[in-house]
Amino acid sequence: MSVTTTEPHDHDKQHDHEQEHHDHKPSGIKRWLYTTNHKDIGTLYLVFALIMFFIGGSMAMVIRLELFQPGMQFVEPHFFNQMTTVHGLIMVFGAVMPAFTGLANWMIPMMIGAPDMALPRMNNWSFWILPFAFLILLLSLFMPGGGPSFGWTFYAPLSTTYSNDSTALFVFSVHIMGISSIMGAINVIVTIWNMRAPGMNWMKMPLFVWTWFITAFLLIMVMPVLAGLVTMVLTDKYFGTSFFDAAGGGDPVLFQHIFWFFGHPEVYIMILPAFGIVSAIIPTFARKRLFGYASMVYATASIAILSFLVWAHHMFTTGMPVFATLFFMYATMLIAVPTGVKVFNWVATMWRGAMTFEVPMMFALAFIVLFTIGGFSGLMLAITPADFQYHDTYFVVAHFHYVLVTGSVFSIIAAVYYWLPKWTGNMYDEALGQWHFWCSLISVNLLFFPMHFVGLAGMPRRIPDYALQFADFNAFISIGGLLFGLSQLIFVWGLIKCARGGVKATAQVWEGAEGLEWEVPSPAPYHTFDTPPVIK
Amino acid sequence: MAKTRSIRWSLPTLLLALSANAAAMPLNMTKGVTEISQEVYSLHMTIFWICCVIGAVVFGIMFVSILLHRKSRGVQPAQFHESTKVEILWTAIPVVILIAMAIPATKTLIAMDDTSAADVTVLVTGSQWKWHYKYLGSDLEYFSVLATPREQINNRFAKGENYLLEVDRPLVIPTGQKIRFLMTSDDVIHSWWVPAFAIKKDANPGFINEAWTRVDEPGIYRGQCAELCGKDHGFMPIVVIAKSPDDYALWKVAEETRIANAKAAEQELLAMNMDMGELMANGERTYIAYCAACHQPNGAGLPGIFAALAGSALILNDKSAHIDIVLNGKSGTAMQAFGRQLSLKELASVLTYTRNAWGNDTGDAVQAAEVYKVQQGKGE
Repeated sequence: MSVTTTEPHDHDKQHDHEQEHHDHKPSGIKRWLYTTNHKDIGTLYLVFALIMFFIGGSMAMVIRLELFQPGMQFVEPHFFNQMTTVHGLIMVFGAVMPAFTGLANWMIPMMIGAPDMALPRMNNWSFWILPFAFLILLLSLFMPGGGPSFGWTFYAPLSTTYSNDSTALFVFSVHIMGISSIMGAINVIVTIWNMRAPGMNWMKMPLFVWTWFITAFLLIMVMPVLAGLVTMVLTDKYFGTSFFDAAGGGDPVLFQHIFWFFGHPEVYIMILPAFGIVSAIIPTFARKRLFGYASMVYATASIAILSFLVWAHHMFTTGMPVFATLFFMYATMLIAVPTGVKVFNWVATMWRGAMTFEVPMMFALAFIVLFTIGGFSGLMLAITPADFQYHDTYFVVAHFHYVLVTGSVFSIIAAVYYWLPKWTGNMYDEALGQWHFWCSLISVNLLFFPMHFVGLAGMPRRIPDYALQFADFNAFISIGGLLFGLSQLIFVWGLIKCARGGVKATAQVWEGAEGLEWEVPSPAPYHTFDTPPVIK
Repeated sequence: MAKTRSIRWSLPTLLLALSANAAAMPLNMTKGVTEISQEVYSLHMTIFWICCVIGAVVFGIMFVSILLHRKSRGVQPAQFHESTKVEILWTAIPVVILIAMAIPATKTLIAMDDTSAADVTVLVTGSQWKWHYKYLGSDLEYFSVLATPREQINNRFAKGENYLLEVDRPLVIPTGQKIRFLMTSDDVIHSWWVPAFAIKKDANPGFINEAWTRVDEPGIYRGQCAELCGKDHGFMPIVVIAKSPDDYALWKVAEETRIANAKAAEQELLAMNMDMGELMANGERTYIAYCAACHQPNGAGLPGIFAALAGSALILNDKSAHIDIVLNGKSGTAMQAFGRQLSLKELASVLTYTRNAWGNDTGDAVQAAEVYKVQQGKGE
């Protein structure tokens, strides 16, 4: 980046002094409950996401335990369905999205030279309603009849006429998650729009800021759609409407159109910030400017716009007219183009750089390869006639876990290692981080790669028991799952170790790092950029 | 004991078992047995190889870069960071590849959509958790239910070869003829999937979807419900037998005779009284096959989702309401109308059984005639 501050050095010192002066904050629990500081709120989001990642992960362990061998051994089919449903909801709304919001809170103000988020009190609220949303969702598992069991996609009429009363709790919990996301998104947009430091014009913004800016627009556009949808489910179930009931003039397929009109942009909500992270990490460790910055911005915007035109590719088997099907097939294939541009740009950034391979870089490189594999299976899924064979099988499960786990989650882990020294002031334990990386890389592929084969061989998703031919692969997948889960304990160990001490980090942390966040000391003072930096 | 031993066994020998049994599971999509399914397979392989080639090129360049352009080799980073020419090139090439791919995909898709001029039409109706097949233009219709015994699912018996992929009455179709399927559902969304035909089509309640196939090879083809449809989604398989047109015609006559005989037997049954022991024994069998999935083998139901029958006020206090709910179901719940699924004998038996099992000691024996009367009364 060509971004530099022009503040004189002694001014900086004075600045630091002022920051110390401002550093008053309540201690103990009150600090976290009342905080309006973007760094505190970012930390809250990240810690919350980590806890949710482990809760959702333990549900995946229950799923994999039952699927370890054919036959029903450990749980009932009804409980199994609750696990697949709540696992999905928690990972999407509780782990990946809050983790990205946490990173946005921490990094966006520092990257654009703003003192804080634009709407700090709303920021506090948007975080603190989240734990209650998930408390409601998790407690619903203990209701008579159990929690939601209709899959995270909650297709009607399984979620309306045929669901139990936990549906009401599910609806309110999703409403709260949605409100939180919308407020978070408003905050990101207002901050980026209004609070950029002088000279930080649009085409100088770091890509992480750009991708989050576009993501925030997606959120504002689609979260209300989800809110409308869950409300329709609620009224269909309890107040006698028939949006999705043919007997009353409704249509169950209408549900899927609305859901995926939210759901497909939602997929990009969970991957665009990842693109931003990788676009920050690769240039740093390649010690070379990002290739094709402008085309990265345009590609991100194109993906965001196209994401509104492809929703029905999740619904090829619902029996749409053939011309609608063709439209959605072509539009879906088209998305491969801007996504390809991104991958090519990252590789071109690496080309003739001078690379080193610290943990953030390792996760970013794994991201590029494994996310692209997820992209390939996505391209295969776009070919509608073939999709009839892939749809609702483990091939799809493999596809979206490559995109979401080795895509989104790997990018979040990369981001955490990348910025952890800035947050804590200490370097993380590199050896431990490398262990975490290699264990995760191997186990995640043991876990998800065989799912492609199981799916092609014909195993449907969301089943608690399966035909004997799938037995060996499922046992293998379950062991991979267990190892991936255990590998994440190394991550937690490394995080705790880094938070408690370690080699002191410099302000720049990484030799090749450029950008405003690397101009402030490590750890970043409680208040940064009270006086905006000037960017040439 | 047996369970824990088998788990312990599979852990250390897993890798060994994998290499030994790998042939048991095909690693690729089935080619199937229809022209369409083979077109689908070749589309799948084409896009797969395209992805492989792109992957080899992109990852190849990336790994060469990782190998050569590392700081430890003392290289200096280059300064370039854009090139309009290259960027246009790598936008245009994928567009061309995608267009080349879209053409055959479009052709196959349009062919799949043409359900006209069918020789046989079958109405496929999904319900929790069974399939119903009705041959349009004839009286032939029946339910098709999972045939794998509970004991195999619960690991008490060894699992059979077609574990979870076997049904009591498969769908039978003639080879060499165009079969049109009309899909619908009685409750939630199901999806009828037979990989060998490359057909996967949702069965939506209140709407009808169409699909078609023409199978040339006689054989047995297995599939499963592909859309999450509630608790026993994993337990509603599909079996299709393709017979030569002659065998098919013979089978159809035999089935129609069987159905006619059963109807005649029902009429005879109306005049007879079955004794309590027979009713209870029949009733238990029917209950386990049709009711226990929801109401549980012990009649306790699942609190909050499926009503308990043991000690149920409706059963104990209101016999006619009990018969009515079994015959006609309860709208807005998962309770189906069993009047059209079960024979009079089965209905009478299961009613008797549920009125007398698990401490529901009403002492009532419900006879076929009584059920018939309620059924006819409703019909008028």
